[in-house]
Amino acid sequence: MEKRMLNAPFGEEQVRSLHAGESILLSGTVYTARDAAHKRLCELLDAGEPLPLPLRDSVIYYVGPTPAREGEPIGSAGPTTSSRMDAYAPRLIRLGLRGMIGKGLRSPEVIEAMRECGAVYFGAIGGAGALLARSIIENRPVAYEDLGSEAIHRLTVRDMPLTVVIDAAGNNLYESGPQAYRKSLQK
Amino acid sequence: MKELPVSRVTEAVRALCSEANRLLPPDVEACIRRRSEQESWPAARDTLENILRNIQLSRESGLPLCQDTGMACVFLEVGQEVHFTGGGLYEAIHEGVRQGYREGLLRASVVRDPLRRENTRDNTPAVIDCRIVPGDRVKITLAPKGFGSENMSRLQMLKPSDGLEGVKRFVLETVRLAGPNPCPPVVVGVGLGGTFDRVALLAKKALLRPLDSPNPDPFYGALEEELCALINETGIGPQGFGGRTTALGVRIEAFPTHIAGLPAAVNINCHVTRHACTEL
Repeated sequence: MEKRMLNAPFGEEQVRSLHAGESILLSGTVYTARDAAHKRLCELLDAGEPLPLPLRDSVIYYVGPTPAREGEPIGSAGPTTSSRMDAYAPRLIRLGLRGMIGKGLRSPEVIEAMRECGAVYFGAIGGAGALLARSIIENRPVAYEDLGSEAIHRLTVRDMPLTVVIDAAGNNLYESGPQAYRKSLQK
Repeated sequence: MKELPVSRVTEAVRALCSEANRLLPPDVEACIRRRSEQESWPAARDTLENILRNIQLSRESGLPLCQDTGMACVFLEVGQEVHFTGGGLYEAIHEGVRQGYREGLLRASVVRDPLRRENTRDNTPAVIDCRIVPGDRVKITLAPKGFGSENMSRLQMLKPSDGLEGVKRFVLETVRLAGPNPCPPVVVGVGLGGTFDRVALLAKKALLRPLDSPNPDPFYGALEEELCALINETGIGPQGFGGRTTALGVRIEAFPTHIAGLPAAVNINCHVTRHACTEL
């Protein structure tokens, strides 16, 4: 299948050119965060304090990797279920978050914020942690190391295989993909 | 009476943790390969090929198949002639998990309390099921269970009048509701009968049966086939991106039940259907 190269961080114009169903090879910088880190980020926002990562045009990867072996940047590193971040994501999107990498369904509130502000949701293959780890070439801790595998890290990725699941127009591959497949059977 | 020091149990569990998280059972890999070859939808085939690549990479590089190295579910079959010595059996199992997850660089994914949520940092405790059987052998099966799929599992106390159709409806509804969340293609474990608690265990144990060995009762063997075909008509596909391969297989375990009930449980597993076993 044809793959489109993309570099993170990226802006609104680029994000609006991505379409649900496209295969992407992502390179550049992404930040890791799961539920516990999202909760802390939102608590900082409530308190009016600065965040430990830049949100504007950033991409967050919902991942809690296994511990890295000596001399390697990261362990197994596939996506976790995104819906656990749905309570926090709209607020981050409205503050400039441009992309999210995870797996599974998103809430209408998240999709609405994505359309409004221009953001994209990528799917990485759940359960392919060894494969995805190969595209992570650098890993730096950023915040909340007490959270262990749930800490925020800054990753440098190269040619990370992703699929655009929900684009900035709200098109959703989780609906259109199965529909198109079923339609192909009726021909 | 056969004497068995529990240190041997610890050692066995430690090794199983590492093995189960890196080497997928051959029947699961063979099934993914077969389904990939039969898959007509390009995006689905692409995804299945990447899943196969992941299995190979994990085997070669020693990186865990999935970063969710699961909660350690341990199934014991203990021969009644065995006498364990040198400490508590269950503590020996927890110690095996502790060593296996720490030394094997597997993720600590367990919190001490469901509401207060402090990580135990060594993936203990294990979830232990123990059955006493005739003989003097001890069989230990370790199945690390990820929660992307565990969270999509359901249990319902159906009525006897719901019957076979009710069971089919419930299984299909569970897979549809789960959609892309449990990392399809999935393996679907179905428990039928028993009591409220037993039916969930049946569903979990069903996931241990290899994908190339159908239920020995032809009635349930045929139902496994039929349910798998129905699930693969939903079009959810690998990762929910669309396609034929939504389920790799359905496994059913049934048990006698009360005249007034038809308990049904569906335990979903992702394509990383891990388990490893050993005998002492």
